Formats: sequence, C-alpha cells, structure tokens
Amino acid sequence: MFQIRIHGRGGQGVVTAAEILSVAAFDEGRHAQAFPSFGSERTGAPVVSFCRFDDRVIRTHEPVMEPDAVIIQDVTLIHQVDLFSGLSPDGYVLINSSSSFSDLGFGDFFDQYHIERLMTCPATQIALEHLGRPLPNAALLGGFAALTGEITCDAIDKAVREHFIGPVGERNAAAVKAAFDYVASKVKEVARASTN
Amino acid sequence: MLRQIEGSKAIAETVALCRPEVVCAYPISPQTHIIEAVGAMVKAGTLAPCEFINVESEFAAMSVAIGASATGARAYTATSSQGLLFMMEAVYNAAGLGLPIVMTLANRAIGAPINIWNDHSDAMAVRDSGWIQLFAESNQEASDLHVQAFRLAEELSVPVMVCVDGFILTHAVEGVDLLDQSYVDSFLPPYEPRQMLDTKAPVSIGAMVGPEAFEEVRYLAHLRQLDALELIPEIAREFFESTGRDSGGLVRPYRTDDAETVVVAMGSVLGTLKDAVDARRDLGELVGVLGVTSFRPFPSEAVRDALAHARQIVVIEKAFSIGAGGVLSTDIAIAIHHEQTLLRTVIAGLGGRAITRRSLEKVLDDASRDELAPLTFLDLDQGAVDRERARMQASRRSGPSAENLLRDRGTVSPKIPA
Repeated sequence: MFQIRIHGRGGQGVVTAAEILSVAAFDEGRHAQAFPSFGSERTGAPVVSFCRFDDRVIRTHEPVMEPDAVIIQDVTLIHQVDLFSGLSPDGYVLINSSSSFSDLGFGDFFDQYHIERLMTCPATQIALEHLGRPLPNAALLGGFAALTGEITCDAIDKAVREHFIGPVGERNAAAVKAAFDYVASKVKEVARASTN
Repeated sequence: MLRQIEGSKAIAETVALCRPEVVCAYPISPQTHIIEAVGAMVKAGTLAPCEFINVESEFAAMSVAIGASATGARAYTATSSQGLLFMMEAVYNAAGLGLPIVMTLANRAIGAPINIWNDHSDAMAVRDSGWIQLFAESNQEASDLHVQAFRLAEELSVPVMVCVDGFILTHAVEGVDLLDQSYVDSFLPPYEPRQMLDTKAPVSIGAMVGPEAFEEVRYLAHLRQLDALELIPEIAREFFESTGRDSGGLVRPYRTDDAETVVVAMGSVLGTLKDAVDARRDLGELVGVLGVTSFRPFPSEAVRDALAHARQIVVIEKAFSIGAGGVLSTDIAIAIHHEQTLLRTVIAGLGGRAITRRSLEKVLDDASRDELAPLTFLDLDQGAVDRERARMQASRRSGPSAENLLRDRGTVSPKIPA
C-alpha cells in the first residue's frame, strides 16, 4: 500500500488532485481510494486530501495517518498546519515552491530523511505558464510521478485528460509533463551529486 | 462496469438504473452530491421518465415522496442529519402508511453543536419509525443495496433507508462495479402497488385509526419487518448468484467461527476493523468481526448464531443514547441473552472523529486482556472534559460548553505565525 496526503488551500484543487491520482492508479490496474478531509470547504482555508493505492483490495476507511508521501500545494501552510505528521523517514515530500528545499528553512527537521526524496517544484509558475491560472494541482502530480516512481507520467496524463475535458485537459497535461521533467531532472541532479 | 468513481455518483447512477419516477429532495451535506447527480441525469433526459421536484424543505421532500408513492410511482429521496429530523413526522407517516419509498441517508451527526461530519445519530433517531434500515460497508455495497432496497420495499410495501457513512463513503473515490440497465431491469420488476390512489378504483389512504385497530396496524407493520428478515437474505442470495457480489443480507460474519472476541459494528468502519483483525489472526489471536447490515429489522437470530461461541463481544457504535449507553449494544444484549458473555460497548467516531486503526488496535489490546470497560468513549480527551467540569464547578456562569471546549483545544484562534 502506498499512501499520499495532499495539503493545500480551498480552491487549489486539493481534492481533485487526490481523485485524479486515484484514477491514474486505477487505470494502471491497481486498487485506489481518494477522499477529502471533509472540512467545511472555504476558499483559502487549509484543506487536506488523501489517496492510497495497493495491489490488494483496500478495505480501510481511516484517514492517512502515516503517509508515504506528502504533497504540499501551498508553501504558506508550513507555519500553520502539521504537514509532516506521521511521515516516515523513508517518505517523500514534494512542495510547490520556486525556492529549493534547503532554502525553505526547515533546519534540521529532515536530517533523518533521504535528501533525494525531498523536492520542490515551481508548480504555480508552471501552471501559470500552461493554464494561465495559478492552479498547481495537476502539475504537482507530474512532479509526484517523477519523484516517487510510484505511478507513471502517462497514467497521470491520461487521468488529467479524463478529468479536464478538451483544451483545459491539454493545458493541464502540458503542465504535468513540464513538472515531471523538472522534478525528474532534479532527481538526476541529486543522484549525480551523491555519487560524486 | 468497474469504474473509479465517487460514492455519491455511484449511488446516483445506481438509483437512476432503478428507474425512479419521482425524485424529490432538499440539499444537505453530505447528501448533496447524490441529489445533484440524480438531478443532472433527469435534466439531461438520461433518467426518464422521471420528475425531479425541487422542494423547499426536507419535510416537503418526504411529503412529496409520500404523495408520489401513493399514486403508484416509484419514489426516491435522500437526506442527512437535521434534514432527517426536519422530515421526521413524514418519515413516520411513510412507514405507517406502508409506502415503499427508498431513501439514502448519508449519515451525519445531529446538532447542537452543529457538525456536518459522520456518525450514526441520525439513523438511530428514526430506528423505531418502521423503516427498514440497511447499512453499507463500502461504496460497492452502498450502490448494490439501492437496487435491493427498491425490490425489498416494493415486495413488502415498507420504506427502506440505505444508510451510507457521510463523507467517509459518499465523498470517497473508489472502484465500484456499476450494474447495467438490463440487469437491474431483470432484478427489479416494475412497481406493483399494494395500495394506490386511483380515480378508477377510488380508495382513501391515511384514515384516522382509534384504539379499536391501532395496535393491530402497528403489529402488522412489525410482521412485515419480520417478513423482511426472510426476504433480505433471499434477495441478497439472488443478487450474489447473479452478480457474484456479497452485498446486503442481514449480518456479515468475518472470521467469527472460532473467535473468542467478536467486534460488532455497522458501516464503513468494518473495513478498517477487518484489516486489524487479519493482523491479529496472523499472530494467532482468535478475533472476528460481525457486520450488522440490517439494523431494522434487527436480525436477532442471525446475530445470536454468529456470536454463539464468543466469550467477549465488543460493540463499536457511532451513536449512543445519552444517559443510557450504546444503542446497537442494547439490541445485541437482547439477542444474545446469555450472561456469561462479556458485552463491551465502545462509542467511537462521533461527529466525524476519525476511527483510526491505531485506536482500534488499542481497543483490541484492552479486550484481549479483559481490561475493556463496559462503556468506553474512544479517544476521549478526558483532560478537556475535566477542565470544563472544573470551570462549571468554579463559576455559575461558566458559559456554553461547546465554545469553552473549542477554546480549550485552541481551535477558536488557530495557530498563526507570529
């Protein structure tokens, strides 16, 4: 079972992101589940969504308490919400930011984590470029595919096009690809640096 | 066809396959997505003939369903929480009149304090109304139960409520194998009313009944529910034989055969419980789970059979009778009636508090050591309760407890960066 928690703010497509990710996993033949954290949805309020996928039937309906990956759609949540609660030292973190991970001021918080699993991705910028709107959710899923390898970029691409019909789907798919390429190259960079 | 789909949408599409002729509803979270989706299908003409009636309240929703059903139409509605309470009088009427309305109840807590999240208080509030109440464990079962519900309701002339955990199921996107139209048409014959307002054969429905016959009318309703105890498993069996899916029925025992401890529950928590039980079984612990699918009628005999060998029964319920204790537990206690069995009640998941695997493990740990209290409130913040009790003791005007507790939790002014 692989479990993902997505943090963002109302209006950023946090719930949609989890749903699309679950559809992508489903399309790859896995069992998948996505659900929101069920707040009273308000634009700008902190929102959490969850996704889990597995090769076996998923019976549990508890929230994701110990995520394998955390996606942060809004970097301003860092001071407001316990974003990394339950995240194991083997976990992945993908943050929507144009700063580098080490510049985000986490101090020694992530010392026990794998540095190649901690990434930022300028998803809002990528979204503005491709969609003309600051909606980072689809792009971050591309980045998630590149970071974790738990799902293919093709599956994300297909699920995004299923969800956003027509030109909007095209533009989101382009954002997915751009973010995938960005994170994939970062992952390679870190790998090269660590072997040198 | 297997689809990755939101629970509400799967329910709506399945309801549409049942060809309801009148749908009337008033939106309330977490039922809203179901009704929106049904409404959209009526508007698009993909669900036809069907009249979607926008009503001004839940009371009107159930009243319209009663009127529609009395004219021989297949009627459907859905609600939650306060919505159900607002239609309560009509809920009793639908059952008292014996009208086979099907209603989805997206289970949600009842205020005050206002709370939109899941528990089973709403269903429990109408458990004595005469409706059949079926609880879904997953979105697959939630969908399948609706087809079975229409069949059951119409065969017996009893309304059926399909209880689906609000948000946890209604808003979860999962794989659901949706039935196709030809299958549903073969499983669910056209509605043949037992009573009907018909100008060609006029009758009145809804007579005033005095002491001379009221008890008999009520007893007949009881007998129809007892008939349902036979019919529910029969319908589930037929459904299983034709679809291969184990949906519905009275109870669902899981690894109970040799279990010393059996956990009893209803709804979506059963999945999490089964995971916990499997892990314990791997360690050799003799634990099992009993899911109660049919809460009304209450399947006493099936429950008794499933729990016959258990030394300890732990009932986990998402509602309780304030001042008394568990609701489901009471029915279980009456069903088993042997005093040597330990019966433990755990109240959990109130107002949407997540029932985590970790907390369930703690319950099972305590149970395995015979340390579970007769009545436990899962994950209760005793400190917060004690502090409020102390405030009440210290000052006559201690103020509203709900607000005090929120302040105590720091929720009123959340953490904001300095």
